[in-house]
Amino acid sequence: MKKSKQFWPFIGSALLVYIVIQFLISVGILNDYHTNTLVFMAINIILAVSLHLVIGITGQFSLGHAGFLAVGAYISAIVTMKLELPFIVAILLAGVVATLAGLIVGIPSLRLRGDYLAIATLGFAEIIRITFLNIDYVGGAAGMQVSHLTNWTYAFICLFVTIVVIVNFTNSRHGRACIAIRENEIAADAMGINTTYYKVMAFAIGAFFAGVAGALYAHNFYIIQPQNFGFLRSVEILIFVVLGGLGSLSGAVVATILLTLVSTFLQNYPETRMIIYSLVLIIVMLYRPKGLMGTMEITDYFKLWRGAKGGKQHGK
Amino acid sequence: MVNDPLLQVKSVGIQFGGLKAVSNFNLEINEGELIGLIGPNGAGKTTSFNLLTGVYAPTEGEILFAGQRINGLPPFKVTRKGISRTFQNIRLFNELSVLDNVKVAYHSQSKNTVASSILRLPSHFSEEQRMEQKALEFLKIFELEKYKDEEARNLPYGKQRRLEIARALAAGPRLLLLDEPAAGMNPQETKELMDLIAFVRKEFSLSILLIEHDMNLVMGICERIYVLDHGVLLAQGSPEEIRNNPKVIEAYLGEEVPHEHS
Repeated sequence: MKKSKQFWPFIGSALLVYIVIQFLISVGILNDYHTNTLVFMAINIILAVSLHLVIGITGQFSLGHAGFLAVGAYISAIVTMKLELPFIVAILLAGVVATLAGLIVGIPSLRLRGDYLAIATLGFAEIIRITFLNIDYVGGAAGMQVSHLTNWTYAFICLFVTIVVIVNFTNSRHGRACIAIRENEIAADAMGINTTYYKVMAFAIGAFFAGVAGALYAHNFYIIQPQNFGFLRSVEILIFVVLGGLGSLSGAVVATILLTLVSTFLQNYPETRMIIYSLVLIIVMLYRPKGLMGTMEITDYFKLWRGAKGGKQHGK
Repeated sequence: MVNDPLLQVKSVGIQFGGLKAVSNFNLEINEGELIGLIGPNGAGKTTSFNLLTGVYAPTEGEILFAGQRINGLPPFKVTRKGISRTFQNIRLFNELSVLDNVKVAYHSQSKNTVASSILRLPSHFSEEQRMEQKALEFLKIFELEKYKDEEARNLPYGKQRRLEIARALAAGPRLLLLDEPAAGMNPQETKELMDLIAFVRKEFSLSILLIEHDMNLVMGICERIYVLDHGVLLAQGSPEEIRNNPKVIEAYLGEEVPHEHS
């Protein structure tokens, strides 16, 4: 059907992006600093897209995403540094354990709505952070040393899988059920949708990819400390999603790329960095109150563009 | 078992704190019947709908649907048993397309797993296609086909009501509950709605229970009418009996009752 028509162009362009960047890295046009920025960008996109599923699609306001990031980071670090297993195992285990954490957090707290859910998830994320802070096995407040294993290939593959899984989930009856919950939970319930199941499901999938992002993050910075996973980190991910437009996956991606670039560029001006970053947020919200893309996806713009040229929408 | 009513409500009541919203509520609906539920504002009509659909669990009494006890079940399970509803204040999935609104109602009749959708297995495509076809058939019946790609919130009011009924029917009910379907409609739209209700009842061989304030509509199409007042059943009977019942006239109808049928 119509979604499968977009599938191959998507795979093609993704592959192209990967090959071009990999080529630029191997000939040395992109140096370590650039590569690092790209990897960091990919990690942020994974986080934004996974939170987009929870907030933008299912409409559950979670402020605890950094908690799952922390779980992923620490679990993966334990797997590679203490158990000395391969990185790929660490990535998968990070996702699985973060999913479990997501279930433990989600099942009790998803009974709550709106602001109350936000506060509950915030509380859980803090519990996770404080727990790591007090476990000597992972270094406590001093943090844990991690070897640098993340590279562009790992980051890209994880990013690709994240986007494919979340897009496929969204464009299915399951994703429609989640959107129905966002739009009107009472009506969704009355239409035979098990709302608790789908809220927990979206939360668990979101947590899985946050865990994966955690594994990439931990192995990109030589050291992880509990303070990297505080409340502000959750807010930062939330900003990507809101700025892109709640409900728009491509919006979250575009916003993340933009803000990561702004943030990286501003590192040269440490005194004014946060002021300019905040100004960017304010200006975007003033001129695009529904986010950069509203609820539109990039593919919708293509459709509009084709429609304007007289392309037809009907017919099977 | 043929003679057993489809829905049996046996002395059901609900108490919120000290307030008895509904008490000792009895109601029976037989296969294929069209029943009206009327009463002044705050009489407990919508509350009794919420009791029937599992939004509230009754604090006393018992609800039997097709011989099975359904009180205490969550709403989505009640829907899967075969009771679906519309809402007094329209509750569509506003940002979903008209077509997707109906597709959501088919959700519980599909079986493909989350994994099959993520991996795009053949079962995902076959189920999606089946849903799409069925939803389109429904939109055709309700003359909403040309709006299928429109967001639900952009439909005019009367069409939104229509879509809500279409969506409720797509869930495959044996009993349809309509909560003030004619609210806010002009006489012409009300007339069309009455035709529509009569049509779907025959087409889908349904039982229907409707709450309504429009006496023309209620008296015109309902076979039996229940009257609620202050959470208790005041009267029940045929439209003629209700119209002439002094207690009902006092509590609700007033002296002047329109006699013309449409």
